[in-house]
Amino acid sequence: MNSQAREEEWAIWLRAAILGDVVAYRRFLESVTPPLRAMARRRCERYGALTNDVEDIVQEVLLAIHLKRGTWDQSRPIGPWISTIVRNKLVDTLRRRGRHISVPIEDIIDTFDVEDQRDKEERLDVERMLGQLKEHQRDIVRSISVEGTTVRETANRLHMSEGAVRVALHRALKALAVRYRSDFT
Amino acid sequence: MNTDDFISALTQDSKVRWPFGRTLAVATASGVAIAGIAFFLSIGFRPDIAQALDTGRFLLKFLVTLTLATMATGLISRIARPGVPAGRWSWALLAAPILLGGAVVAELLVMPESTWMTRLVGSNARHCLTLIPFLAAAPLACLLIALRQGAPARPAGAIAGLAASGVAATFYAANCPDDSPLFVATWYPIAMAIVVLVGYLAGSRFLKW
Repeated sequence: MNSQAREEEWAIWLRAAILGDVVAYRRFLESVTPPLRAMARRRCERYGALTNDVEDIVQEVLLAIHLKRGTWDQSRPIGPWISTIVRNKLVDTLRRRGRHISVPIEDIIDTFDVEDQRDKEERLDVERMLGQLKEHQRDIVRSISVEGTTVRETANRLHMSEGAVRVALHRALKALAVRYRSDFT
Repeated sequence: MNTDDFISALTQDSKVRWPFGRTLAVATASGVAIAGIAFFLSIGFRPDIAQALDTGRFLLKFLVTLTLATMATGLISRIARPGVPAGRWSWALLAAPILLGGAVVAELLVMPESTWMTRLVGSNARHCLTLIPFLAAAPLACLLIALRQGAPARPAGAIAGLAASGVAATFYAANCPDDSPLFVATWYPIAMAIVVLVGYLAGSRFLKW
């Protein structure tokens, strides 16, 4: 698939996601992840960071895309938006790992076309960050991610309303990003 | 946690309740409203506002400050969104200084040299230097809070300071008795520089994302 067709697909999915379409959002994130992973791997290899860190970096960039998705101006192409976020986050994450790098934006756009090298390994970074959150936030994130339950099931189990679970999840993800930012500094 | 699980957590939070554009619009409007309330509660219009409205020098102050506020606010909405080129908006920031520069030249041409210093010093420089930062505080705070929801590039904090000082200067100009472009070009920029500096420092601390 050429990059324009792929970006149009991403745009359609993200537009639907912003309106609350969970399925479209999963498609979007799962489609963005492989090229992101390849990019992170290349950066790590080039700048001598551990390739063990690749999946941690992928998760951190995904979190940034997630929290900032409201800044995409839907009348504009999605490519430059996503490339800029990815570049800024790659620079940040590698800098925190002690590598001062600059990533030209053209590099990001070019390397969106690559094979996926899957890494199923459990990651420690996100676990460590989760460990610093409030207990109920941690519980909700775990329940929805690792245990794969829905918001409704989680709400029933914790005797909360669905809305309250959604709010708590959103706050937990924001808090997670704050932990990432303050880590290593 | 592997990445697939992590994605599952993100998908359950898919909906965006407040798109960034709306956040920024509400913040701008609130900042202007609070600055307006602060203005009318503290200093209000100058007593001779009715006569002043008939003079070009008085009106010119608003042309300059409103231009600055508009251009800086427009630039913020671009700088806070990743991948949107600032384009002509960064050049548009020069519009206010150019307008004011032209007015200064005109003033120097039509006014005798002996009056230049009096016009520059004015009657109220200290008010200018304190009231503009005072009136800019709320708009700046509102913009910074909104920008935290965005993904701003540097130096968004400084540009927010510029927009906030444009709003503050617009209100202050309606109270300030000194209308000469020589006064405006000397003291207003100093007062605004204070706000821009505060915005820059606050931005480099609070606007990382």
